[in-house]
Amino acid sequence: MKETKVLTEHYDKEEYRFLEGYQKWGGYSMLRKALKMKPGDIVEMVKASGLRGRGGAGFPTGVKWGFLPKNGEPRYLLCNADEGEPGTFKDRLIMERAPHQLIEGMLIAAYAIESHKSYIYVRGEYNYPIRVLEKALEEAYQAGLLGRNILGSGFHHDMDIYRGAGAYICGEETGLISSLEGYKGQPKLKPPFPAVQGYLKKPTIVNNVETLAAVVIILRDGPEGYRKYGTEKSPGTKIFSLSGNVLRPGNYEVPLGFPLKDLIFGLGGGIPNGHQLKAVIPGGSSAPVLTAEEAMRATLDYECLANMGTMLGSGAVIVLDDRQCMVDCLGNLMHFYHHESCGQCTPCREGTGWLDKITQRILSGQGQPADVDLLFKVADNMKGRTICALSDAAALPVMSFVTKFRDEFDYYVHNGKSKVKGKVLAHAQMYH
Amino acid sequence: MFALSPEGLERVKKEMRRYETKQSAIIPALYIAQQENNGWISDEVIDYLSRVMEIPAAQINEVFKFYTMFNQKPVGRYHVQVCGTLSCHVNGAPELIEFLCRHLGVKLDEMTADGKFTISRVECLGSCGTAPMMQVNDTYYENLTPEKALQILKNLP
Repeated sequence: MKETKVLTEHYDKEEYRFLEGYQKWGGYSMLRKALKMKPGDIVEMVKASGLRGRGGAGFPTGVKWGFLPKNGEPRYLLCNADEGEPGTFKDRLIMERAPHQLIEGMLIAAYAIESHKSYIYVRGEYNYPIRVLEKALEEAYQAGLLGRNILGSGFHHDMDIYRGAGAYICGEETGLISSLEGYKGQPKLKPPFPAVQGYLKKPTIVNNVETLAAVVIILRDGPEGYRKYGTEKSPGTKIFSLSGNVLRPGNYEVPLGFPLKDLIFGLGGGIPNGHQLKAVIPGGSSAPVLTAEEAMRATLDYECLANMGTMLGSGAVIVLDDRQCMVDCLGNLMHFYHHESCGQCTPCREGTGWLDKITQRILSGQGQPADVDLLFKVADNMKGRTICALSDAAALPVMSFVTKFRDEFDYYVHNGKSKVKGKVLAHAQMYH
Repeated sequence: MFALSPEGLERVKKEMRRYETKQSAIIPALYIAQQENNGWISDEVIDYLSRVMEIPAAQINEVFKFYTMFNQKPVGRYHVQVCGTLSCHVNGAPELIEFLCRHLGVKLDEMTADGKFTISRVECLGSCGTAPMMQVNDTYYENLTPEKALQILKNLP
């Protein structure tokens, strides 16, 4: 079982992190190619490739670019490097191993959408990736790849880094914009969409790190070449972050459509110590959970996972084995969403609080018979009633956990302890 | 009264020119001030930044309170932040936190008597494939065991 390394082909080479090494392996030749093309043709190329946003929503990138007004108003490109979806650590890999690939992808995107200013918004905790990026930006400026008249093309573009300060919600594109503008990272009502009115009310495109890096590949291989991997509706390769109860966790690049079981049991080496697979969260903590049986027949593409009632999300696959108590795992996630709700919309602010409190109550052995249904009801009332997707992101896991592992929830409520043998959750109080 | 060093003040002023609006410099300024105020932000710090940045204190305050990386009370010289979210949770984070607290004789978010350490439990740090992990000030330490983590802390000057 092997990876299909397209984006990450040279990531194991130390020199690839620096301009000289990156150029040795063909780096920035796609920027040169792009600068000779018409910007609109690049947008069409990305549209034709079918590339879908790799941050979580999976929206077609070229279509997003196409939403920009055609009036020549100044526009911004923002790279979303806030990577905060639990289970996800792929953007960090790109920034640490191939900062110039990201910069090149951003420059091609900026040229295509005719933007002269971009920011890479990196989560504040990513101190090391920020330092790698700073060094790379410095190198790029010195080499004339950034600034005025890039490579003699007449195109100019400035790029800078903005360091976030610890808030999951800033990974939501309008939350990111609020944060970059110097405010609380609270999402904004859409429409207007950022492409029309974004950063400082100017047209703005926000793309994920992996999405922007993939633009380099699309320029190199063309839309047809890019579509050589993946499925019709999910073209290309993607980096999957594999974690949880698995022998070889890590980032793996595979074509979309790759069987989930091959990721877990092939590349990931399976479940440690002879334990059994119990459940898989296939697309970051916001994605509804799959049972082991469902996971064994799932493929990693947008359409299959949507058909199974879950989503590909950011490509973060969290594996849970038979030692895990599903009530405990849900309690952990509800604590996360409660902590990360920005507090703006009532259903989310209050709902995540209640979901957290109810799961903690069950975990402490004080659960009441109606609690399991109450969890489901609260979650159901949070769906689709808020400005951004965080509320749904908290609600959907609850509904899937409770529906698919109902017996564990009922057992916990009735017996005041986990159904999983020997599971002692004395640490539950540590959350608060 | 809190005041930034001349270098710190210069850095804040540079940040105010770096972005399209000076509001965008609030987060960078809070980082700079926190660094110079032993790792936390007091009311005095907010008032000071409000004066030098000419931005209402209430506006700086709401940014400060929103983001978890700004500390609202003093922390030890080494702020040990252990990730507790799901992938770390199922790979020994609760045991790691419990072990460190017990050996340093503190509760979560409490400073050791010598002012050296504060242990906190934080949400996902994007290190799920190398769980469990902790961040000590700006540095990540990954693939930990409780014993290994304690040894790392003991080796810090």
